[in-house]
Amino acid sequence: MSVENILLFKLYIIATPVLFLVGIYAIMTTRNIIATIIGIEIMTKGVTLLLASCGYFNGRPEMAQSFIIIMIVVEVVILTISAGLIFNIVKKHDSLDTRNIRNLKG
Amino acid sequence: MDSIYIHIILLALIIISSIFAVSYARVIRGAIILGIVSMLVSISLFLLSCPLAGIFELSVCSGLITVIFISVISLTLPPDEKQRKVNSVSMMKKMVLLVLLVLVCGFSLYMLDSKNITFVPLMQNVQESIDTRDNIWNLRHVDLIGQALILLTGLFAVVVLFKKDKNKDKK
Repeated sequence: MSVENILLFKLYIIATPVLFLVGIYAIMTTRNIIATIIGIEIMTKGVTLLLASCGYFNGRPEMAQSFIIIMIVVEVVILTISAGLIFNIVKKHDSLDTRNIRNLKG
Repeated sequence: MDSIYIHIILLALIIISSIFAVSYARVIRGAIILGIVSMLVSISLFLLSCPLAGIFELSVCSGLITVIFISVISLTLPPDEKQRKVNSVSMMKKMVLLVLLVLVCGFSLYMLDSKNITFVPLMQNVQESIDTRDNIWNLRHVDLIGQALILLTGLFAVVVLFKKDKNKDKK
C-alpha cells in the first residue's frame, strides 16, 4: 500500500471505533427507548464503515459489499421489531422510559 | 484514488453529526440527523468503491429507517417537560461516562498506533475479482438462508406485536 493509502486506512481505523463509542455513549446516557435505538444505529454505521474500508484496502470490496448488504437487512429487521416493541411498551406504560421494562414478570 | 481530504471531511462530518444525533433531547431531531449520517456514510461507501452497498445504505438506512423512526415518534406521545427531566440522566454521570469513554478510546488508539498496522489480512479461499452478485448468490448462499430466516422472524414478530387483543375488545 502507498503511504497515502496507509494514512487513509489508519484514519478509518481511528474514526470507526469513535462512531461505535458515540453509539455506546448514547445507550448509556439515555432512558428513552427511541434514543437507545438511535445509538444502536450509529454503532452499526461504524461497523459498516469499517467493513467497507477493510474491503477497499484489501482489494476485495465485493466481499465487503455483500457483508454490508446483509448487515443492512439485519438492521432494518431490528428496527422494525423494536418499533413494534415500542408501541406495546407505550400502550402498557404510557411512557418511553426504559426503567419501566427493567423487571421481568412471568 | 480520491483526494484524502474528501475522506477526512466526510469522516469528520459523520462523527460530528452522530454526536449531534445522540445529544438532542428531542428524538425527532435525532432521527432526522441519523438520516443525514446515513447519507454521509453512503457517500463514503461510494468513495470506497462499494456502490451497491452505498445504494442500499442511501435507500434503506437514509430513507426507510428515517421514515420508520418518524412514524414511531409521531405515534407515541411526546414526553412533557416534567417527564423529560425525570428521564434525563444527571449531567455529572454523563460527564464521567464521557471521560471514561474518551480514555478508553485514546488508549485503544495508542495501542493500535503502536502495532503499526499497514495492511488488512487477505481472506482465504476467496476468488479474485468476483462480482458482488456472484459473491452473494454463489459463494455466500448460506448467508442468504440466514437472511431469509431473519426476515421471516421480523415478519412473525411484527404480526405478533401488532396483533389486536381480542379479549380486550370483547370487554
